[in-house]
Amino acid sequence: MEPLAIVSFLAAVLAATWRLATPFIFTSLGEVFSERAGVLNIGLEGVMLIGAFTAFAITFFTGSPVLGLAAAITSGLACGLLFAFLTVSLSANQIVVGAALNLVGLGLTSFLYRSIFSGRMETAREYVSFSPLEIPFLSSIRFFGDILFKQNLMVYATPIVVLLGSFILYRTAFGLSVRSTGEHPRTVDSAGLRVSMIRYASVLIGCGLAAVGGAYLTVAHTNQFNEGITSGRGFIALAVVVIGRWSPWGAFAVSLLFGFFYALQLRLQAVSGITIPYQFFQAMPYLLTLVVFVAMRRRAAPPGALGVPYKS
Amino acid sequence: MSETLLKLDKIVKTFPGVRANRGVSLEIRKGEIHCLLGENGAGKTVLMSIVYGLHQPDSGQVIYNGEHLDLRSPKDAIKRRIGMVHQHFMLVPTLTVAENIILGQYPPWKILRHMDRVEEKIEKLSREFGLKIDPKALIHTLSVGEQQRVEILKTLYHGVDLLILDEPTAVLTPQETDRLLVFLKEMAGRGLTVIFITHKLDEVMQVSDRVTVLRDGREVATVVTAKASPRMLAKLMVGREVLLEPPPREGPKGENVLSVKNLFVNDERDLPAVREVSLEVRSGEIVGVAGVSGNGQSELALALAGLMPVAGGEIHLDGSVATNLSPRKLSCLGLAHVPEDRHRMGVVLPFSVAENFVLHEFDHPPFARNGFLRYKMIKSHAMDLVRQYDVRLGGVDDEIVNLSGGNQQKVVIARELHRKPRLLLVNEPTRGIDIGATEFVRRQIAAQRDAGAAVLLISSDLEELIALSDRLLVFFEGRIVGQIRASRDRIEEIGLLMAGKSGKDLVEK
Repeated sequence: MEPLAIVSFLAAVLAATWRLATPFIFTSLGEVFSERAGVLNIGLEGVMLIGAFTAFAITFFTGSPVLGLAAAITSGLACGLLFAFLTVSLSANQIVVGAALNLVGLGLTSFLYRSIFSGRMETAREYVSFSPLEIPFLSSIRFFGDILFKQNLMVYATPIVVLLGSFILYRTAFGLSVRSTGEHPRTVDSAGLRVSMIRYASVLIGCGLAAVGGAYLTVAHTNQFNEGITSGRGFIALAVVVIGRWSPWGAFAVSLLFGFFYALQLRLQAVSGITIPYQFFQAMPYLLTLVVFVAMRRRAAPPGALGVPYKS
Repeated sequence: MSETLLKLDKIVKTFPGVRANRGVSLEIRKGEIHCLLGENGAGKTVLMSIVYGLHQPDSGQVIYNGEHLDLRSPKDAIKRRIGMVHQHFMLVPTLTVAENIILGQYPPWKILRHMDRVEEKIEKLSREFGLKIDPKALIHTLSVGEQQRVEILKTLYHGVDLLILDEPTAVLTPQETDRLLVFLKEMAGRGLTVIFITHKLDEVMQVSDRVTVLRDGREVATVVTAKASPRMLAKLMVGREVLLEPPPREGPKGENVLSVKNLFVNDERDLPAVREVSLEVRSGEIVGVAGVSGNGQSELALALAGLMPVAGGEIHLDGSVATNLSPRKLSCLGLAHVPEDRHRMGVVLPFSVAENFVLHEFDHPPFARNGFLRYKMIKSHAMDLVRQYDVRLGGVDDEIVNLSGGNQQKVVIARELHRKPRLLLVNEPTRGIDIGATEFVRRQIAAQRDAGAAVLLISSDLEELIALSDRLLVFFEGRIVGQIRASRDRIEEIGLLMAGKSGKDLVEK
């Protein structure tokens, strides 16, 4: 490739990086809260799907992506309430409930999508989603303008949400109790706080944000829904949390890394003259997950009480 | 001094399957140090957890400062200036001292802006009370003694009139213990009331004004310490005469059974835990390993038992190489292992007592034939051992999880000892079990020595080490820093070695 072509190729990849990282950022930030409080939710994929479908359906009928997003958050909170009730109040196994949530998410959204929208195959009809918002002047800067300043609102929101999440986790009394609950719940109990309340709150934050991550796919990234649209992003978000060492900014950075690989594989598929099967590129982000896990196998220290139900 | 601060009236607390408190009444006076003495399972901790609001009594009353208390959570207790230092510290290892101290102090939405002021206040308190600590330090970087200081500072920070300490000396070196006891006396002089839970008689004698003895969930007696003797207290606690020191035997020692040369072992995080350790244990002797827990003793035991890889050095058992062999092979060579963590390594909790007895031998005759278990043999074997080792239970089909700690340990001891081991490796054999079972277990260990076994005894209980061992090895940071004849009058020296100070340092100061 010519030098100029390389620059424009890179600009295109980087511009897509942030966009593709956004669902990971929301979902993994939420899971950071959940896991810091000691609750491992492997049902993120299901919650994302439910959020994606809810946002799509409400936006489709009301025409307002804002309402769609709000509805998605509500659906996420409902999932969170169910998950917390089973795993915190009833001390059910978190992995089993999480797996069930994934199956329910996939089954329910596919069923509802077909039963509501199959007669209206004009669903391909476009509705107004969150559209790119070009920031005056800045967006016309060469190279960086495309990468940073021609995104939609939900993408712009990510650093702000992460900043807020980090502030809550590290600078508020609630955050302190969340971090303590995941490490040593008995201490929290002994300090007169209610472990179950803190875990409920954290799970709700986790599922709410996972639903936002899912909603992003149907009301910002695209303006349509299809079955299994999340295609494993919920599972990758789990890996993001681990690789990002259970910190909000860590999750943000690792999400961008994954976003970069998603973007790269998309672009590489389009480059003519490459004879490698496109499936190989598609598998790249997933392979990356495995590689990173092998590379850092002994370094990360998860919260001490992660996945362990608390009995006083 | 004689004014009543806390009065408990006929407290009853039952848990599923356990009657922890069966109507305990008790009076604590202002400014006194009051010991609660009793065996494990006597109901001391549960009783104090009720005073601290962690549990609610089924019936009975808590009267504090003349006021009837109905504590729903520790928050209520903290508000009334009642503080508790738990046996297992209530500290979050990944947080700083200051963060731990303010945990639960503020409503959730409160923004923690002035950590520096909190830290200043902690520093001021720590100076005032002589409890030196860095408020910015992460808990997991502190020693156990320092962590206990944090626990005490926590109660001082919240304000405290009544301080409850649950077995505070279990994790301390003798010097740290002395310092704590002096500190408590000082605090009592300033008007603090202290309830001190323990099962160690010498501490009761040393520190308390009065002592209440609990047994089986009832109070047996409250006596003024000055008018009591350790012998009398022990009798009250157990309900019969006890003899904790098995008769020593001065016999000839035999040949070398265990020899370890330049052993290196890494811990679970792959950091060196045992460094260049060499030791020998001969037939007919008990070698004790002393040290504050976490100085490599556990890793030494696990490596000897084949449960942790040896990173360097050699182990010989009865002349054959025993480095990095599987536990199974070691067992065939004559190793018996009574592990530190009974629940994780000593027994299989959901299995029956009978099954737990044959964990080594279940797959060959007489317990199995052609790959099938023969429960008849397994059960009769179990019944023999139960009788021989005085295990108290309903039947050998009971799940072992339902037995008391002492009886579980007896099962482990019986299983390991009936095979007549060449080398007996025992780690914390009496931790968490009652004094009656302790007496029994110690006698069994001594009997093995007399029968010609080599015994390596690891314990954090110095009394136990001195009572049983012929000689002591002191561990500090993974090395043997001293070898000493086990004797009571050298306890000072042992304590200093455990704290990493050699005799030389002492002279220089």
